[in-house]
Amino acid sequence: MKHALNLQVGPVGFRVGSDWRGPVAALRALYRGYPEPDVCDFSVRLEPEQPWRRWLKPSVAIRGDYILPDAAPLALPHGLLAAEMGMNLQMALGQKHYLLLHASAVERDGKAVLMTGASGSGKSTLAAMLGEHGWRFMGDEFALLDFDTGDLHPFPRAISLKNHAIYAMAELASSERFGPWLRGTPKGTIRHLRPRDEAIARMAEPARPVLILFPRFDKAVPRAIRPVGAAEVFVRLTQASTNYVALGERSFAALTRLVINLPSRAIDYSDGSSAIEMVEALWAELGQ
Amino acid sequence: MTDSRLLVSLLRDPPAAGTLDPAQWTELIAVARAESLIGTLAYQLRAVGLPATVERILEQARGAAEQARRQALWEAEMARRALAPLGVPIVLLKGTAYAAAGLSAGAGRSIGDLDILVPRGALPQVEEALLAAGWEWVKEDAYDDLYYRRWMHELPPLIHRERDRMIDVHHTILPLTAGPTPDAEAMIGDSQAIENGLRVLGPADMVMHAVAHLFADGDMAGGLRNLWDIDRMLRQFASGADFWKELAARARRHQLQAQLGRALRLAAKLYETPVDPQLAGRRRLSDALFEQRLLARNGWGQGTRSALRLVFYIRSHWMRMPPLMLARHLWQKARKS
Repeated sequence: MKHALNLQVGPVGFRVGSDWRGPVAALRALYRGYPEPDVCDFSVRLEPEQPWRRWLKPSVAIRGDYILPDAAPLALPHGLLAAEMGMNLQMALGQKHYLLLHASAVERDGKAVLMTGASGSGKSTLAAMLGEHGWRFMGDEFALLDFDTGDLHPFPRAISLKNHAIYAMAELASSERFGPWLRGTPKGTIRHLRPRDEAIARMAEPARPVLILFPRFDKAVPRAIRPVGAAEVFVRLTQASTNYVALGERSFAALTRLVINLPSRAIDYSDGSSAIEMVEALWAELGQ
Repeated sequence: MTDSRLLVSLLRDPPAAGTLDPAQWTELIAVARAESLIGTLAYQLRAVGLPATVERILEQARGAAEQARRQALWEAEMARRALAPLGVPIVLLKGTAYAAAGLSAGAGRSIGDLDILVPRGALPQVEEALLAAGWEWVKEDAYDDLYYRRWMHELPPLIHRERDRMIDVHHTILPLTAGPTPDAEAMIGDSQAIENGLRVLGPADMVMHAVAHLFADGDMAGGLRNLWDIDRMLRQFASGADFWKELAARARRHQLQAQLGRALRLAAKLYETPVDPQLAGRRRLSDALFEQRLLARNGWGQGTRSALRLVFYIRSHWMRMPPLMLARHLWQKARKS
């Protein structure tokens, strides 16, 4: 393809190719300082949906080693989002070395907090905020559970901030770490944030998970912390995993071990600083 | 890389993997995935010393193929349980058959739907038993249904409502409207029982089925994998006494001599398969077009040579139906969409 970039994110190498200059240039700027893999695990292709859509009303189809036949194409100005979605898709459909959890994660002293929940629960924003408050950001989309060691491997891609979260993070992070404004995407307004240099430098370093959180951001509810039963945690994590079924018995064993050994809490929060306070309080309470 | 030749050469000659640079590995992996040959490649390269990243990628492919094999065999067992009371022969076809019979063509192979062959006279009972056991029609449309039943070599596809897996029930090998008329009854008659009572085709018929599938039906999409199946079977079966003679006899019986010759020539050319030169016959000019079509993919996994692809696409319809019928079929399809 005419324009291409190799990107290492945690233990995974991506090759992203594009028929247009724009998406790869935006990716290169956003991912400044990321290592370049030699052999890539996955190839992502951003190509015109039909040959003539390269010039005429450009329309970016998200293709690659693994494809969703009914994935909707994106407008060319949203090419950066197309690249992100393409990389996520390869992971969701092709990653078989780790149990893939749709979750965010942060680390301190070699120990990790795993945060999962539905889209819009705020797990991504919470990880981003903790990443600016003394924690190492490990990822906002996927946490990779190692079958052999039970450790979590980071997947610190650029954080995908949506709508209000963009303004919240603008107060905490310097502007040079932000990508371009992507307005009017199918997911609303999006702006990407490059993690801190330390998170990128330590992307090969796994951590031992010690706490599972189910955050829920809701302005209307009072802050609360509740324990969650092991059976419910298990079922919610199987739902949060894209390769749980495909990996068969191994994933059952790994997930059971994780759920039995770790405490879990649901936390409701209405603003960022109270969420950070709650996580710190839980951390202290658990004697970490 | 301008075509899939690197993939072909490594399948054929695994030790050559030692000379690849990282960019070539990335291309090779993308192409192998696009051709559904990544598991096969991983299996072929299992004993070759590889860079750690490559080894990790191929290890995942072997794991995925093993899981696919387990699922396919389970699905065959589910069909066996549903159909056993009927007492009719159930012949496994394609990937599931290779896996169930433990053939080298099955090593690392991707397996999609479950394909079975049953006697045409047993179709109504088979259909009824599958519906009773939880399979459902995929195509609800009356025209599609009629089209399948009148002209095709298989029932309209069925999908299991709980396991979400598809079954294709064949009663012969090619569409009834195609030129050659393979003798399905003879194929079933000479099929061989495996442990659980299910059956697989005899060696020569198994090769002929793969040949028919590749050259007399379809537009050669996924052709490198199908040709690889043929290569593996020929290598495995060739040691049997009179195999080539038997193969020649079956090709004649199924009216697929020209297709067999083409398959042997292309397998010998691309995978260096040892073949009977007389059966392979003389190289034809059109072989080059087939070869180009099989290799039409670049290092990003994208299909190339769109004009040639279109020619083979049109050919696939042409082979299936006489022109007037094709026109009527396309008209019906167009009116609906």
